[in-house]
Amino acid sequence: MSTRRVPVIERIMGANDTQAADNRRIFDEHGVHVVNIMAAPGAGKTSLILETVRRLQGELRIGAIEGDVASTVDTDKVRAGGAPAVQINTGGGCHLDAKQVAQSLNEFPLDEVDLVFIENVGNLICPVGFALGEHTRVAISSVPEGDDKPYKYPKIYANVDALVINKIDLLPYLPFDLEAFQKLVRSLNPDIELFPVSCVTGEGMDAWTSWLQNLARAE
Amino acid sequence: MHELAVTESIIEIVSRHAAEAGARKVSAINLVIGDLSSIVDDSVQFYFDYLSEGTPSQGARLVFSRVRVLLECGACGHQWEPRSADWRCPACGASRAKAIRGREFYVDSIEVEDR
Repeated sequence: MSTRRVPVIERIMGANDTQAADNRRIFDEHGVHVVNIMAAPGAGKTSLILETVRRLQGELRIGAIEGDVASTVDTDKVRAGGAPAVQINTGGGCHLDAKQVAQSLNEFPLDEVDLVFIENVGNLICPVGFALGEHTRVAISSVPEGDDKPYKYPKIYANVDALVINKIDLLPYLPFDLEAFQKLVRSLNPDIELFPVSCVTGEGMDAWTSWLQNLARAE
Repeated sequence: MHELAVTESIIEIVSRHAAEAGARKVSAINLVIGDLSSIVDDSVQFYFDYLSEGTPSQGARLVFSRVRVLLECGACGHQWEPRSADWRCPACGASRAKAIRGREFYVDSIEVEDR
């Protein structure tokens, strides 16, 4: 018996990337701008989506695809907020992949929306490795998580278009150095858009929503 | 734990290429993994031992070639391997680094046993 070497040179994420490109084509055909939202559990992904939907009511038609390990809690909240939403339960999976998003599109009214948020599974590590077909990637960091997270999870900060810094109403109570934090994030990602906001007081939300409106208009 | 999905993908790729090469059994799988792809070798190995059962990959050796991150400064062109998450250019101090190496993530080749 002899052994021989067979060249392969095939990207391990190739199958996911192909499906993501198919998803992107579907989004483009419907003229929908898609934003993949990634953050740790509790950073305020659902709160940001709900507050954005509320503020842009009558101006931008928004929908949401909600990824969670289990439950329809987030989908119920978004629907109650007046936006179409579907739930993907990953059943233990730590991230959404392009195939799951493709399946969820069968029951999603893409013709009735201008912008779709895909709320990824709460996790700072895996989601950024899986393209879903989105046009824009946004991460959320919240003030209570601490200002050292870019040191610990550099990949997510280096690979998103924008970072929302949520819960800035808590800055007076916590040792979070907003300026140093923004500087660190920019060192990892010079072109990143930064949006310090509070979904509770509404501070900073106007800059965020006008940025989204411009993205959706460009579509 | 996304190494689970990644390992499934590796086994699918290897099975396909082994079949194309007319090979019955794969003895080694050579992987190239950039340090920015945040993959843990041991975790891939753990899932591999379980998921490869009954496939041509069963019993194959996983060989991980790690690729270190190489950054290039967008301002002065200096290239360096970062030692922390601070990607400011050590030469000119600019915050305009781009990774020109370190995102690799592919099956390079397989060693197969002929009948």
